[in-house]
Amino acid sequence: MTLLSVRDLRVGFGREGHETEVVHGVDFDVTAGETLAIVGESGSGKSVTAMAINRLIDFGGGRILGGRATFDRKIDLATASEGQMQRLRGREIGMIFQEPMTSLNPVLKVGTQIGEVFRKQHGLSGRAVRDASIRALDRVRIPDAARRLDQAPHQMSGGMLQRVMIAIALAGEPRLLIADEPTTALDVTIQAQIMGLLAELKRDTGTGLIFITHDIGLVAGLADRIMVMRGGEAVENGAADQVLDRPAHDYTRHLLGAVPHFRAGQAARTDGARTGQVPALDVRGLSVRFPVGGGFLRKTRGVVHAVDGVSFDLVPGETLGIVGESGSGKSTTARAILDLVRPSAGRIETGGTAAVQMVFQNPNASLNPRMTVRGLLAEPVIAAGQNVDADVLERMRTLLGRVDLPDDLDRFPHEFSGGQRQRLCIARALMLNPKVLVLDEAVSALDVSVQAKVLDLLVDLQREFGLAYLFVSHDMAVVERIAHRIAVLYAGRIVEVGAARDVLSSPRHPYTQKLISAIPSIDRRRIDYTLDTEEVPSLLRPVGFVPPDQTWQEVGPDHRVAKEPLS
Amino acid sequence: MAVLRALLRHTSGQIGVVVIAVFAVAAVLGLLGLTPHDPLAQDRLARLQGPGATYWMGTDLFGRDILSRLMVGIGQSFAVALLSVGLAAGAGTVLGLTAAWFGKLWDGAVMRAMDVLLAFPAILLALLIVAILGPGLVTSVVAIAIVYTPIFTRVVRGPALSLKTRSFVDAARTFGSSRRYILIRHLLTNLVAPLTVQITLALAWALLTEAALSFLGLGTQPPSPSLGLMLSDSRNLMETAPWMLIFPALVIMLSVLGFNLLGDALRDVFDPRTRRALA
Repeated sequence: MTLLSVRDLRVGFGREGHETEVVHGVDFDVTAGETLAIVGESGSGKSVTAMAINRLIDFGGGRILGGRATFDRKIDLATASEGQMQRLRGREIGMIFQEPMTSLNPVLKVGTQIGEVFRKQHGLSGRAVRDASIRALDRVRIPDAARRLDQAPHQMSGGMLQRVMIAIALAGEPRLLIADEPTTALDVTIQAQIMGLLAELKRDTGTGLIFITHDIGLVAGLADRIMVMRGGEAVENGAADQVLDRPAHDYTRHLLGAVPHFRAGQAARTDGARTGQVPALDVRGLSVRFPVGGGFLRKTRGVVHAVDGVSFDLVPGETLGIVGESGSGKSTTARAILDLVRPSAGRIETGGTAAVQMVFQNPNASLNPRMTVRGLLAEPVIAAGQNVDADVLERMRTLLGRVDLPDDLDRFPHEFSGGQRQRLCIARALMLNPKVLVLDEAVSALDVSVQAKVLDLLVDLQREFGLAYLFVSHDMAVVERIAHRIAVLYAGRIVEVGAARDVLSSPRHPYTQKLISAIPSIDRRRIDYTLDTEEVPSLLRPVGFVPPDQTWQEVGPDHRVAKEPLS
Repeated sequence: MAVLRALLRHTSGQIGVVVIAVFAVAAVLGLLGLTPHDPLAQDRLARLQGPGATYWMGTDLFGRDILSRLMVGIGQSFAVALLSVGLAAGAGTVLGLTAAWFGKLWDGAVMRAMDVLLAFPAILLALLIVAILGPGLVTSVVAIAIVYTPIFTRVVRGPALSLKTRSFVDAARTFGSSRRYILIRHLLTNLVAPLTVQITLALAWALLTEAALSFLGLGTQPPSPSLGLMLSDSRNLMETAPWMLIFPALVIMLSVLGFNLLGDALRDVFDPRTRRALA
């Protein structure tokens, strides 16, 4: 049965009568129990389309300019009044947002926020609300539901919170559920849990699901139909297998080609084998600890062991991929090498201060918006105590050309696109001729097609300048493309390290195996993700805690795995 | 020049610039003594005259020309406001930036001191300082500067704290940029917008505070003309000689409005994201 039928939907933003149209007439249907995935890059209009259906767009300054969106064969959502929409939202049409951390009210208990739905929409009260809330949390597989109801959002992890959001969305028993990038802010293993949960719920409840994502690889496991959007238009709309296997539109092919496919080590780089060079970066026994609860006249309550005894080296022309999930200590390791956080133990050997430079995750935030390209590129030079002379200007122009940016030193960062800004950051990092580049999630904030170009550029630059890369990322498919060697970080320690091909094709540590099995892929269709609800252990230790030594097992010529059990 | 040109393309900028420019010209002429009449000369035969051909804005109880007195008064009020806000902005910026950057004890000490200052109503604190130092122009400047320093400290410290954690500051540290360079190039340049808005707002408040102090007899001393004193003189003659009240009041109101409009426009102009759109 067709639940939602959208025809020629057009959406615009701006003053009435002067709207800028951003969605130019899309058509699609959602059937009960079916999943429609809307896929597109940033600015494609995918979120706007979804937000137009439940008319949340009205609160963001947008308006439906034309077309119909017939829900349940009788109500036209495009022209419904706000009063009608309020009765539909939650009860008939549920919504899950990207950021579970900001979608819940931080000062109210989780139970209160779930209970509100049962009170308002089902007219329950007292004991019945609590029972219904516990059942709702049980349904999204939250262990120990009764205790969780009395917790505040900050006491729960991101994955838990997203499950709470799903529980809230499902509490109204909606017939249509809109999920806007529900796993983008989550770790890959948590993402697998949420995808598994959504698949299970869809099967059990017959809810129609609209799943919005930038990751075409992710939806292969869940979607029945896929609509690909670009520039406010649907370029392709069809059955999932059809779109993935026989894409009709060039852009779909382009997207499928640009998405980094994880190929279990098959795509690992084969160039640049180690031939006993002197390491450009040598890290031995690095530990970073943060005291908790300390302060003026207060006792330190505990110590967070963010990084614990991490050792590795990096030779010129080589990329070491550091992979792990949030809280694994991968970014802290990178920051410690750049002296942005103070290590509590260990030794970091580099060839001088300018020898290591860093590229940050978010190019928008790592470029001062009030400085021109000239000022931005001059900064490392000034910091090194040199004058900005003709030679330096010449080097600026050369590097700008090398990273494929226009030779215009008077532009401001906001005049560039996201990918261009990241290339500008790379050019800036290269101003002082470093030996090592630390790339902290350097392509994570970019659209997939831009991501691929920046990765290619990085590989080219590495060959040209003999750079060593420390590539920190949560995305195994991206790491596979650029890394020669991989170190897997878990709870502040390296648990497996070795040649990329070996680690990815035959992972030995249980955590590495779990990480790899959670990677979404176009080849994995409608699979049953196994639901496991294991959480990353707390890194908060008592004062004076000494971590046990790691013992290593050699499992290959360049492949070692830690023998300690998963704590 | 580029800033001024952009300002003149901005509607509220145009109005603000024109209003402030008119008063600034009047102020300069007043300070140079180029007034239609001597602001201190008394004309017994022309007491309490309404606006007319000889005295455009009328005369006061002693037969002094209101227009001439206003021009000198504006000059003094503007000078006091500019000097005191300049001092407050300078001190507040240094205190706020260093408090945000160094944190810990220094931050605590600075911000608690600012809290103590903020705990007093502005005019009361100004009165207290004037009472200690004795009335006069210099005292007014010092008092108003002290009164508005905490506001600048807070306006700077808040955004500076968040700017400090932005990746471009991290990036600057990885290059080994000096503390001074980071504070000035990365923090201060991004504080231009809140600072200009605050400076123009504070100029408006400072004008009002100066007028209030003079009104109470603690700022400019008679017979020197000042906006506050002129208002004070008009109190008992409000019904017989309303021009004595209306013109100084209008000047105060319009200059406060002018500074506010100017501040709004400057904020847009200094932001590179809107500057290109305006150009």
